[in-house]
Amino acid sequence: MRAERVVIVGAGPAGMRAALVLAGAGLRPVVLDEAPASGGQIYRRQPPGFTRGHDALYGFEAGRARALHDAFDAADGRIDHRPGTLVWNIEGRRLQVLHEGAPQTLEFDRLLLATGAMDRVIPFPGWTLPGVYTLGGAQIALKHQACAIGRRVVFFGASPLLPLVAAQYAAAGAEVAAVLDTTPMRAKLAAAPGLLTGGKTGWKGVVYLARLAARRIPYRHGITPVEVLGEESVEGFAYADARGRRHEIACDAIAFGYGLKSEWQLADLAGCGFAFDAGNHQWRVVADDAGRSTVPGVYLAGDGTRIGGADLAEIAGERAARAILADLSDIDPGDDLGQGAALAACARRIAGQAGLRRAVERAFPFPAHLARAIPDDCILCRCEAVTAGEFRAAIARLGPHDVNRAKAFSRVGMGRCQGRVCGPAAAEILAVVRGVGVEEAGRLRSQPPVKPVPIAAFADAAEGAA
Amino acid sequence: MSGPRFRRLAETGRPPVPITVDGVPVAAMQGDTLMTAILAAYGRLRVSDFGDGPRAGFCLMGACQDCWVRLADGRRLRACTTYAEPGMAVLTGAEEGTDAR
Repeated sequence: MRAERVVIVGAGPAGMRAALVLAGAGLRPVVLDEAPASGGQIYRRQPPGFTRGHDALYGFEAGRARALHDAFDAADGRIDHRPGTLVWNIEGRRLQVLHEGAPQTLEFDRLLLATGAMDRVIPFPGWTLPGVYTLGGAQIALKHQACAIGRRVVFFGASPLLPLVAAQYAAAGAEVAAVLDTTPMRAKLAAAPGLLTGGKTGWKGVVYLARLAARRIPYRHGITPVEVLGEESVEGFAYADARGRRHEIACDAIAFGYGLKSEWQLADLAGCGFAFDAGNHQWRVVADDAGRSTVPGVYLAGDGTRIGGADLAEIAGERAARAILADLSDIDPGDDLGQGAALAACARRIAGQAGLRRAVERAFPFPAHLARAIPDDCILCRCEAVTAGEFRAAIARLGPHDVNRAKAFSRVGMGRCQGRVCGPAAAEILAVVRGVGVEEAGRLRSQPPVKPVPIAAFADAAEGAA
Repeated sequence: MSGPRFRRLAETGRPPVPITVDGVPVAAMQGDTLMTAILAAYGRLRVSDFGDGPRAGFCLMGACQDCWVRLADGRRLRACTTYAEPGMAVLTGAEEGTDAR
């Protein structure tokens, strides 16, 4: 086999598992990750000096997290793990990165993007006030920093993270004021059989609900968020119940979210094809049944491609690694490395989770109607402080056909986050004003640098080179 | 300035890391992100560039970019992905948009 450089971006479950498979085959993959330690978000490690055990950090997933952490740590030397590395651009076969604040260029022959996901949100009045966080953010505060986001927290939305994070907060000693699900009860009940026959995942959800009930924490279905109460920070949360009656709950923090959204910016810059996934109501990066993207030499795995959670991400990481090995062996005919059978096994395991994936999508559907109904005076783009009304007015005045043109007219999606946060809601608003399906509104194009990089780093590097 | 936002639930025996927030000494701990260090003592991290009020971060995973803070020495740092270091002097009201007004 010719020595090829395989680079993996992301050290969550997909990237870690892929690196282990490649290392096991004698390659020494480079793993680039922004964080100071491997684990990604779901298996994020606490900083050195913290003492809580795996059970406290990861609950039911403690065994899986420990196994992956231990295997990855044991492979040190066979994996070129470079933490503290932001990949901010892809040009052809070159990655432009910032490593510990210093710019570098890295060439690759094969690239696996395992870039993970963030919470998908829909703005609501008051959501930019101090004390409102994503569900994933609330979980990170607890897992990584042993902190709650406030003294008394309301959790709401439609996400597998909703019962999970609320139960984790309650178990850690935080006061959970209420858990409010935007999904109607009848939709949840309709999804229940699929959840409970799809393996252990659904039953874990039942345990979280039971734990919340045991603490007498109210769990309501079919709610509609109305507004944050408070002028300078969160003092309460107002919502409408399934019958439309307004309720107010005193709290000083709110965590919310509507499932996850792929961090696909690098796949976009690499030129990968995208498709609209109706089941999940969002765009995903197109991969074949072995994790190959539409760009030769670029592979995909995990939530950065298509939302499926940690277990699926790990299998998809193995699958992509085996696809890379199979494709490498094509260069040297006669050495098939036995990848065919292993790839088929990965495909079977992923296919076996398809029913559960559909059930989760049905149990926590994206409430697009909430995006379309965002009040005019509510901030839509928190980077640039543009309201939904200003966005609607720009659309009405200038008639953009897609979100990128709408961005040029309104600055929505032009801020530091590149529309990661407001993008889904902006597309819904544009679609309803134009009277088309949301996929017709398109998706915001990614731009290098995919995250802010300090220009001083490049000036310093240029000076050092001179 | 409002009271503490984050509430520490565990891991409270770590060595202290002295920093200041708006000139006031704050008892951060080793392993605190800058965000945790600030919000365990104060109610906000920064103010919006466009005058619509205070902010205290949002996603905590380096994606939303709504927790960039300025230090007295001129550095700008993303508070959720930067660990607190001794001597850091955070200015929560010093975003450029507000300075200009």
